Amino acid sequence: MSKPKVAFFDFASCEGCQLQIANLEEEILDLIQLVDVVSFREVMKEHAETYDIAFIEGSVMRPMDEERIKEIRKHAKILVALGACATIGGVNKIRNQWDVENVKKDVYGDAKIKGNKYFDVFPTKSVDEVVKVDFYIHGCPINRDEFKKVVVSLIMGKTPEIPTYPVCVECKKNENVCLFEQGKFCLGPITRAGCNAICPTNGSPCDGCRGILDKPQVECVQEVLDRYNLTYEDMKNRCIIYNYTKEEC
Amino acid sequence: MSKDVSVNVHHVTRVEGHGNIVLDVKSGDIKEIQWQVPEAPRFFEAMLRGRHYDDLRPITSRICGICSIGHSLASLKATEDALDVSISDQSHILRRLAINGENMQSHILHIGYLVAPDLFGVGSVFPLVGSKHQDALLKIVQLHRLSNEMSDMICGRTTHPIRLVVGGFSMVPTEKQLREMKQRLTDAIQPTQDVATAVLSVADKLPDFSRETEYIGLSADNEYAFYDGYINSTDTGAFKDYKNYTDVMKEYIVSQSTAKYAKHHRKSYMVGALARYNLNSKQLHPLAKDVAKMFGLKPVCYNPYMNTIAQIVEFVHNIEDSILQIDALLDTTIKDEKPVKVNKRSGTGVGIVEVPRGILVHEYVIKNELCTKANCIIPTNQNHANIQHDMEELVPQILDKSEKEIELTLEMLVRAYDPCISCSTHYLTVTFE
Repeated sequence: MSKPKVAFFDFASCEGCQLQIANLEEEILDLIQLVDVVSFREVMKEHAETYDIAFIEGSVMRPMDEERIKEIRKHAKILVALGACATIGGVNKIRNQWDVENVKKDVYGDAKIKGNKYFDVFPTKSVDEVVKVDFYIHGCPINRDEFKKVVVSLIMGKTPEIPTYPVCVECKKNENVCLFEQGKFCLGPITRAGCNAICPTNGSPCDGCRGILDKPQVECVQEVLDRYNLTYEDMKNRCIIYNYTKEEC
Repeated sequence: MSKDVSVNVHHVTRVEGHGNIVLDVKSGDIKEIQWQVPEAPRFFEAMLRGRHYDDLRPITSRICGICSIGHSLASLKATEDALDVSISDQSHILRRLAINGENMQSHILHIGYLVAPDLFGVGSVFPLVGSKHQDALLKIVQLHRLSNEMSDMICGRTTHPIRLVVGGFSMVPTEKQLREMKQRLTDAIQPTQDVATAVLSVADKLPDFSRETEYIGLSADNEYAFYDGYINSTDTGAFKDYKNYTDVMKEYIVSQSTAKYAKHHRKSYMVGALARYNLNSKQLHPLAKDVAKMFGLKPVCYNPYMNTIAQIVEFVHNIEDSILQIDALLDTTIKDEKPVKVNKRSGTGVGIVEVPRGILVHEYVIKNELCTKANCIIPTNQNHANIQHDMEELVPQILDKSEKEIELTLEMLVRAYDPCISCSTHYLTVTFE
């Protein structure tokens, strides 16, 4: 069997998720025995137009990006969204609270940017708002172990599993004192697990970077809010950091 | 000479973010030289509006994956400046360790994964596996791991740190972890010197090109500055009024384009490892000074390609400094202290730190605990104009080379600056007739 051809592409992001792959250290040398990396601009000069698996980091913000991602989709047998900017829009969606002209004016003032295609931005989109995404690797940044698991699953033709339970499950397993008890507003109860509750375990509340669960336990969440005298509005405000949406959630 | 040269590198590889090089020479006449940055603008300053001061650090960390610790620290310094928060001595030392860890991680990544392939004549590090350079590659990977694990130990995570919070730390390392890390840092000195020797053996591949320019960075009275210091310039000296940093880092717009340049005393300046070396080399620790000597590096060095060598020197310095900082923590025994309580609700603050690619500024206006205005001045944006001016002076000197060599020399120039284009919360393009 020939090795699957793998390509990495980045859109609006901090490129921290691709950095997590470099941060696999010696293990990356093992992984490249299993796959044929044909395009990875951040670390290699060579580039190929055909590939089996495309990993996409970043959000889509401009017509030119939209064209590029559609082109990539055409060439890729499997497309994987890598990290929060790609999977849910992440911090890039914070600006969707305002219209485009408002944020341009705030950052660039009176600079002449009209008619410049690089500035032709629309409200931030996650990758699946533009093209079909086959698999998701959540997180900001992604968890390196989860990345390895997904790659190995894909090579073996299996479907990678993503947890459907909240971060609280992992947090309890780590025997942490609940951050609500310490007066912090943690999004663990509604956020998809898989990070091993890394933020609460390090004493900081969950910001929801792995996305909100498809089916959060609404009654339990309401109970937590009531117990600590917090409102649904407070929670919605906390959700803006990674999960801004115009619709009611 | 009546030569035609056309270089069009659409998305330079082995740099962080998206940049293009365009060169057009017709019958020996240079028609166009452009360093372009088509990165999608992300509007971070606008995003911060209305956020609670506790959220500013985690959001601005996401400006850049590689220097997320640096952005976090600039952010915390700005917030703490605005709200009159003084952190403990222990937090101060821990933050210095965090900045050392990040500088090491970023520098070794750049030296080993991004620049070394050019010097060894390959397209990426992957072909080095199993080659005669494998030993050097494995040492680079080992040092990269160490740098990341030091950041993990201090910050909870190396990319997008967790424990760095307003007023100090949400959690601190144990004494045992610190002792083990000290041993590992000590053991890393030899492999670092081996990597430096391997780079020295191919250092003749670095182009011999110099252009006088201004270098700007932080300096301090008693140390090689990273976390604390005042703004300093090789042209004009110390500038101690940090709140008026825009008097030095002047962003401006060129009439025929949307370009934002940064300049101070001349038409452009450079920030980063070479700038810091040129300003503060006397304050390097002893082994770092030895490595500088090994490469014949002397201040003021005007060759931008030597930025990579300055990074090797700083890597050694960061190891030496981290050992000293850990000793200081162990001397007083590390305490499980909570972050300092914030009592003020409004204010304006400026935070300045040195990050791997140069001097970084965050400024916030906070009203009733919420951010109402933010400004971030990013190192790479301060370098774009200098890259452009280097290209303009370099190209006529190398026109006798083949098109392929010219292209590689220009790509290597961009890589030498280690640009971090995702950081570009502002946008810049350079066009001239």
